[in-house]
Amino acid sequence: MVSREITYAQAILEATDQCMASDPSVYILGLGVTDPNGIFGTTLGLEKKYGSKRVLDMPVAENGMTGVAIGSALVGMRPIMTHQRIDFMLLSLDQVINNAAKWHYMFGGQMKVPLVIRLLIGRGWGQGPQHSQSLQALFAHIPGLKVAMPTTPYDVKGLLVSAVRDDNPVIFIEHRWLYNITGNVPKELYEIPIGKAKNIKEGKDVTIVSSSYATLETLKAAKILEKFEIDAEIIDLRSIKPIDKKTILDSVAKTGRLVVVDGAWRSFGVSAEILALVAENSHGLLKRAPKRVAFPDVPTPTSWALARHYYPKVSDIVNTVRAVFDLPAQSEEQLGISYDIPLDVPDRKFTGPF
Amino acid sequence: MLKKDTALELYHKILRIRIVEEKIAELYSQQEMRCPVHLCTGQEAIAVGVCAHLGKEDYVMSNHRGHGHYLAKGGDLKAMMAEIYGRSTGCSKGKGGSMHLTDLNVNFLGSTPIVGGIIPVATGAAFGIAMKDQDRLTVVFFGDAATEEGVFCESLNFAALKKLPIIFVCENNFFSVYSPLRVRQPKERDNLALAKAYGISGAKGNGNDILEVYQLMEKAVSDIKRGSGPYYLEFDTYRWREHCGPGYDNHLGYREESEFLKWRSLCPVEAYEKKMIEARMINEEQIKELKSKIEAEFEEAVVFAKKSPFPGAEDVFTEVYA
Repeated sequence: MVSREITYAQAILEATDQCMASDPSVYILGLGVTDPNGIFGTTLGLEKKYGSKRVLDMPVAENGMTGVAIGSALVGMRPIMTHQRIDFMLLSLDQVINNAAKWHYMFGGQMKVPLVIRLLIGRGWGQGPQHSQSLQALFAHIPGLKVAMPTTPYDVKGLLVSAVRDDNPVIFIEHRWLYNITGNVPKELYEIPIGKAKNIKEGKDVTIVSSSYATLETLKAAKILEKFEIDAEIIDLRSIKPIDKKTILDSVAKTGRLVVVDGAWRSFGVSAEILALVAENSHGLLKRAPKRVAFPDVPTPTSWALARHYYPKVSDIVNTVRAVFDLPAQSEEQLGISYDIPLDVPDRKFTGPF
Repeated sequence: MLKKDTALELYHKILRIRIVEEKIAELYSQQEMRCPVHLCTGQEAIAVGVCAHLGKEDYVMSNHRGHGHYLAKGGDLKAMMAEIYGRSTGCSKGKGGSMHLTDLNVNFLGSTPIVGGIIPVATGAAFGIAMKDQDRLTVVFFGDAATEEGVFCESLNFAALKKLPIIFVCENNFFSVYSPLRVRQPKERDNLALAKAYGISGAKGNGNDILEVYQLMEKAVSDIKRGSGPYYLEFDTYRWREHCGPGYDNHLGYREESEFLKWRSLCPVEAYEKKMIEARMINEEQIKELKSKIEAEFEEAVVFAKKSPFPGAEDVFTEVYA
């Protein structure tokens, strides 16, 4: 396959474009999918190519329009719905949970809802309590939904193609801070199965399970851990539901230590689920009690002075891993971590607003 | 009056729904139909009058009080009874019950009990029709309370925006469970005017008069076929029995016995029967015959349901994902 370096956002656009080209029942709808920014570049040019019938800006009616997408899916369409913030789509939980997730089951398997709901999550630039929530656990709790949360450009393309071709509702969560990262992506259409995690760094001493943007920070932490001769294995979940139990448990069986890094609230979430999974299945294999790094159980504060204390940092990951080796925490200075950008932006090039 | 064939067909259908609902009420105390039932006794004319104008290809979606809509669209009676009895031969294999009926052979896509929740889904089915350029209609049945939900207005707005082939049918029975209309909506509120504000045509009528329902629906369908876009129909009617279950609940005091008796005297089945007799399209003898035929059909459906196997333990875990 011919592969070249493109951004995460470009990979989403390419997957959408190729799915629309190969299947006339695929259409996209969402506020702003036709606007000049095209959902941060992920829908740019699609209206021109496929027409406004298949690339649909829509009324600001999240619940009703989700119902519309579901109804169209029941009669043979394959909608991709996009919300620029996960927070906005909370208005549509009735349609997602009561209808999309259950339709196949509650009518005895006779109908299906092939619906993709793209949800943007993010952090930074003072987006605060109602613009930067990470709610993957909420959706993963619901039987009938699938939840994908890819980290790399390669994975986001393949997983989006799988999501569009899946006959079930798929919640597709994209972290805004991943949009500009680049990676090698094949030009051709390809699928990455939903429900398969990826071992992105082999290691023998400790298993770190993470997903989405948290995986990037985990990679940085793993680099620092090498200084302490801790060889971390990193499992990038890619999908939250179904969760890839085998890849997690196999890794823990090998390393005997576990740290979960989840970009979401600590309690009752993905990190809790993974700890429970390992406790139930591999308790005897653990050399130390497992630990997790997650957001504190408070709403996201707005001021960048507050937000920097809210989000866990690379040093928190390093120190949490050190703790499962009974090593004391070290300061950022001791760890050799210094920040050359404020912590409320993804990279130096970024200027506000979002 | 209608042509005799049509008139007789409507009579058969309305009588059939009445008998099925009343028989369910009779058998419910046996505690074998172990799911909620929301009977439509007293409201049957709307389902029959509306569905009389639909072809097999047209989609219908409905709500918790959906037996009448399902049957009027041609849904299979045996599969419905088996579903209510929780059997694997039920129309939703026992996973839905009375509140989740479907019969894809006649494009009755489904009924659901979240108030208003079905309206945008039906709008989406109509949107799918429009996207695929098909010649079909969608009808969605809902009650007066559903018009208080946000998705009602959201659906009217989108249907009007895209000129979708959908008929919104509101059955106003004046109560949401025990809550009367007057505590839920200002008396000035007029849903037809609301629909019209979105550019949607419509009409209001007497839901206990099957001929009036039939005529208003006839106009709705012909307007839509001429490209008018969506249509809104609202019919006043009255639920005889309790909100959920087989009994009567006037003794609870949430509505006046006199009000019930007034509506009881406006029985849609009896009123139509009287007209049929007056028009000499049917006589007492033939009515008796038809009734016993329907009763036999119902008995047969119940026997079928009760003889059918229950779904097995393994079925709990199937069909979560397609």
